Amino acid sequence: MIRVENLRKRYGSHDALRGVTLEFRNGAVTALVGPNASGKTTLIKSLLGLVRPDAGTVIMKGAPVDAAGRYRRAIGYMPQLARFPENLTVADVIALVASVRAGEGGESPRDDELIEAFHLVREMDRLVRTLSGGTRQKVSAAIAFLFSPEVLILDEPTAGLDPLAAAILKDKIRSVRAEGRTVLITSHVSAELEGLADDVAFLCDGEIGFTGTFDSLLRQVGENRFEGAIASLFRSKGRVA
Amino acid sequence: MSVVRLIVSAGLRDLSRSRWLIGYALGFFALAEGLFWFGGSGPQVVLSLLNIVLMVVPLVALVFGAIHVYASREFVELLLAQPVPRKPLFTGLWLGLALPLACAFALGAGLPFVFNGGGGAGFAALATLAAAGIVLSFIFAGIATWIAWSTDDRLRGVGLALGVWLAATVLYDGAILAATAAFGDYPLERPLLGAMILNPVDLARLVVLSQLDASALMGYTGALFNKALGTVGGAAVAGAALLAWSGVPYLMSARRFARRDF
Repeated sequence: MIRVENLRKRYGSHDALRGVTLEFRNGAVTALVGPNASGKTTLIKSLLGLVRPDAGTVIMKGAPVDAAGRYRRAIGYMPQLARFPENLTVADVIALVASVRAGEGGESPRDDELIEAFHLVREMDRLVRTLSGGTRQKVSAAIAFLFSPEVLILDEPTAGLDPLAAAILKDKIRSVRAEGRTVLITSHVSAELEGLADDVAFLCDGEIGFTGTFDSLLRQVGENRFEGAIASLFRSKGRVA
Repeated sequence: MSVVRLIVSAGLRDLSRSRWLIGYALGFFALAEGLFWFGGSGPQVVLSLLNIVLMVVPLVALVFGAIHVYASREFVELLLAQPVPRKPLFTGLWLGLALPLACAFALGAGLPFVFNGGGGAGFAALATLAAAGIVLSFIFAGIATWIAWSTDDRLRGVGLALGVWLAATVLYDGAILAATAAFGDYPLERPLLGAMILNPVDLARLVVLSQLDASALMGYTGALFNKALGTVGGAAVAGAALLAWSGVPYLMSARRFARRDF
């Protein structure tokens, strides 16, 4: 579904991505993991067109993505920080993103399952500035899934969510995977990715340190748990997790 | 509805509920109403307000604008992750900041004149003061936007915004005085006319004062401008330069926004 080829990005003297080639399968959840400043966010933002790579290509559905960003119609994005205009209501925010996304002849929102599951209906008239961090995160998750996108990019999706909300979100991720959609997740909480991730891409110093299925990772490093496997990868790169 | 209109209407809705912006409008209202209350006539109120407008409007547009853009960054990233081009999104964001600022000023400073029947101030003077405040709001909101999209460090960005304000409202006059004192033996008219075009605050002062009988307050550059171009011509050129100024920061920040990484 999505493939990146030889992606390179340099900020000043720092190489954020050094020729990353990677594929995200349909119907699979890929966990993008790695130490801080390993290039995860730059990779995600390159997929979204927020960062312009110095070299390399992002390919969706077999074709390089267009500069105008029309391909983003197929992507739902949940950023790491859920920040919205403080004086808009939740309904305003959702309507704005929906309207911007719909554009001319565009689609309408069709998946409000998370809005219901997170009980956001009763929060619709509240101003964003009165919401807790967790509720903002729920709004952010609901927006990402709202258009039933073929690809979901979720940056630390459960950060700030209570355990029940995190479980609801993980169930939702599993259900969209079952529908054959592509999900890319970054998280620093390895335990959360266990039982959720099918594939793992380990990024370190802007390079791919490992890419493969979850099971192949466990076999390769001789660990039973995902957390231990990730720690092994960190150590193999000389990082202390 | 176009992306620009969607973003502008969201910006208007957001900032019309901002306590800071409501306070800004109320501040101008209290000031203008207070000037009438203490016996000022319309022209006197316009003159007193002008000095405050020239200081406060750029300051608020720069500092509030920069803080607002920094606070909006994550939401802008979310919008950019949608299938929309950057240019209309930027135009919407800029207008969504500058319009509420301009409206807050116009309502706050304008309503006391409506309540007092103009107070004897001529329509031209009032309209020019309102236009000057509105155009300054657009210009300095544009500069704030450019600073905030060019500087990732928030503290540095707000510091730069304050520096621009200081340069435009205080240091500029000092530099003109120093230049005239240091190079008094040389023909300075042309360089100083050029210097005046470079400062929208000075241009706004000249445009408003040209509508009042207060040429003594125009300052050295204003007097030069009038001497070189005549009262009407000077005001017309200054007004045109001021309008051109409102486009410059917009174009600069639109270019920055289109090219930057988020």
